[in-house]
Amino acid sequence: MSQFSSSPESGAVHAGAATRLRGLLLRWETALVLLLAAAIAVNSVISPYFLDIYNLSDATTNFSEQAIVALPMTLLILVGEIDLSVAAIIAVVSLAIGVCSDQGMAPYGLMLVGLAVGALCGAFNGALVAGLRLPSIVVTIGTMSLFRGIAQVALGDQAITNYAPEFQSFGQGYVVSWPPVPNSFALFLGLALVFGVVLHRTRYGRALYAIGNNAVAARFSGLNVARTRFVLFVMSGLLCGLASVLLTARIGSTRPNIATGWELSIVTMVVLGGVSFEGGKGTIPGVVLAIFILGTITWGLSLVNFAGIEISVVIGAILIVTIAAPLVLKRLARRFASGSS
Amino acid sequence: MTIEPMVDSNEPPVLALSGVCKRFPGMTVLQGVGFTLRRGEVTALIGENGAGKSTLVKILTGIYGLDEGEICVGGQSVHFASARAAWAAGITAIHQEPVMFDELSVAENVFMGHMSVTGAGLVDWRGMQDRTNEILHLLEAGFSATTPLKLLGVAEKHLVEIARALSHDSRVVIMDEPTAALSTREVDDLIRIVGRLKAQGRAILFISHKFEEIFRIADRWVCLRDGRQVGSGAIADVTSADLVKLMVGRSIGNVFPTRETAVGEPTLQVDGLSNATEFADLSFVLHKGEILGLYGLVGSGRSEALQALFGLSRPTRGVIRIDGKVVAIHSPADAIAAGLAYVPEDRQTQGAVLAFSIVENVTLASLRRHSSGAFLMRDRETATARSVAERFAVKARNLDQALGDLSGGNQQKVVIGKWIATNPRILILDEPTKGIDIGSKAAVHAFMAELTAAGVAIILISSELPEVMGMSDSILVMHEGRVVRRLTRAEATPELIVTAAAGTLESNVA
Repeated sequence: MSQFSSSPESGAVHAGAATRLRGLLLRWETALVLLLAAAIAVNSVISPYFLDIYNLSDATTNFSEQAIVALPMTLLILVGEIDLSVAAIIAVVSLAIGVCSDQGMAPYGLMLVGLAVGALCGAFNGALVAGLRLPSIVVTIGTMSLFRGIAQVALGDQAITNYAPEFQSFGQGYVVSWPPVPNSFALFLGLALVFGVVLHRTRYGRALYAIGNNAVAARFSGLNVARTRFVLFVMSGLLCGLASVLLTARIGSTRPNIATGWELSIVTMVVLGGVSFEGGKGTIPGVVLAIFILGTITWGLSLVNFAGIEISVVIGAILIVTIAAPLVLKRLARRFASGSS
Repeated sequence: MTIEPMVDSNEPPVLALSGVCKRFPGMTVLQGVGFTLRRGEVTALIGENGAGKSTLVKILTGIYGLDEGEICVGGQSVHFASARAAWAAGITAIHQEPVMFDELSVAENVFMGHMSVTGAGLVDWRGMQDRTNEILHLLEAGFSATTPLKLLGVAEKHLVEIARALSHDSRVVIMDEPTAALSTREVDDLIRIVGRLKAQGRAILFISHKFEEIFRIADRWVCLRDGRQVGSGAIADVTSADLVKLMVGRSIGNVFPTRETAVGEPTLQVDGLSNATEFADLSFVLHKGEILGLYGLVGSGRSEALQALFGLSRPTRGVIRIDGKVVAIHSPADAIAAGLAYVPEDRQTQGAVLAFSIVENVTLASLRRHSSGAFLMRDRETATARSVAERFAVKARNLDQALGDLSGGNQQKVVIGKWIATNPRILILDEPTKGIDIGSKAAVHAFMAELTAAGVAIILISSELPEVMGMSDSILVMHEGRVVRRLTRAEATPELIVTAAAGTLESNVA
């Protein structure tokens, strides 16, 4: 009766396109694992200090705050949006924390203020994108200037530095002392797990993939596309708030140029992780791997005394090669296949 | 009915078709089409939606190749390898919805793809503008070559398309429903321009659903039905009634499943549904187990009205009752919760997520039912998808195959399956069989019969007359956003429906 083929033989011979797609993603993540292994190997050869557990632990604090923001950024790019105002939100949040700290607010109060201000900034972006249907790239370029500008106007050339030691310990402390796991890294790992489970195991995650692949069909299927976009921007702002609390506490100061350029580092993590700007493609494990790769390379290069600008040259080159290589190889393979047939 | 063309000169016809056939996998869309176009004559190409008119235009403009038959231009057999080859042979088409570049000037649009260059290899702006202005003057256009296209209205954009045809010095100009989006006055202008093209000795193929225009403008006619040419001749020898009969005249009924029309209690009552521009005062009652057909030409507001009903847009007015209770539908989610389902017209962009697997598509509108808490239950999803695939005989290698890899008919079965998985009580089908093969079509029709037997009420939007007549218990005909005719299955005749939809019959029976 049914022409739907369920014979194991045909299923095995012709893998479905989804299976092939999954295979491709798997290969992308496999490539990332290999890249990570290579980075670790090179690092441990060039510097005897690299594999030292305390050094590694230290290294994680350099990327964990950015990595936390990369998680909601992954979801945003997955649904075809972007938030370029993340670093500016971090600055505004840091300003708010600083002002409240000057008023003598307790450390936990400062954390709540940070999360609330971040979420508010995110809600502002979300309202403009989802409510007024403006393109997110334009909106967040605008709010990037706006939020950063507020921080700069309010601070002038001043810095707020008199943070209480209890607050600073939040950004400098460890969850456990052995192995030494910094608070920020532990938070990132926990959040990555939550984001991974939500994206890959729940109906909310499925809805995100549907919206990223075809927002019109998703809306016609009863999914609330506008609300989803709004929630993602709020989520982005909220985690910027968390990142700002961690960063401000770690460095113990608020300056107008805090977190400058972070939006691009964060987008780099997401893109290297295999999330496509076309929407609908990408995974949390991929982004987590990319974060580790970038962290390892940055740390390794700084151990052998590369300057910050030199490191960014290397990272830029790696990003381009990693993104271009599979495309070039695929094209070559196709040319070879068509040439031989 | 078939009248041989009068040979008024020894000159070969500008364009002659003979035995043109075109097949797509699973169906023949054109068969044995043969007619000639002569200098200074307007030939009307008539036929229902799906009769093969658009396919024929695509063959004449080099977009499709033909499987059999011959096309002769000026007595010489030609073969168009591309759209460019068709222009070069002097054939241009003016499309229903012009595809143009809004940000560019009129002259750039007119010369797009064949810009003139100066000796130095630079674009010859002056030459192009002069030539464009000459053509525009001829067309009595109220704008100039340098006007940005985005400032022009639909009718003026049509003029730009015509200017583009003239810039190629086309001997054959094909106009595909050029008046569909025009006001009465604009139609008058267009008809005058067509007269002028005719006087210049160009041959015109004029496609229209509106008989009034056809009788004003055309010298000859060719009628297609189900991809076959069913007649041709001189306009002077026929009446519009003759043409309608030819267009629709066929046996309807034997290809559709016979249904016991045991119509139950009212389930959906719509009162005065309106929005600002697209539809007004849509009122009807839908009963359990009933199929209500909604017929109308493109632009009659059918889809827009039912999308508003489904919560995709906000109507300005109107009351919706389900089982006697007033319901507020502000979003598709509300509509689904109220027991409605809507299979949209555009499968590729509105119905399917092509990159998703069959399983992921089938469960997309009922994710909650396939989850435990927030977590998706893969086994439950697969079970639903399997039952849909078996029920509709979906041809696929496995359930994880991406929908984009399936044929149109199989994609449509999966999209309908997605809505069946929501267990709807009221199913809206918008052109459910458009562009799918005969086998899948029959499967969809059989499935509709099966659903109504189970008490589901269906609204069928279709531009295909046989489908509407063969499947519906009652039929609403829409024209310019309003219901202009209500017919029961017994009353409905093809002639009544077609004339009402074309707006020739102004009596508002609503």
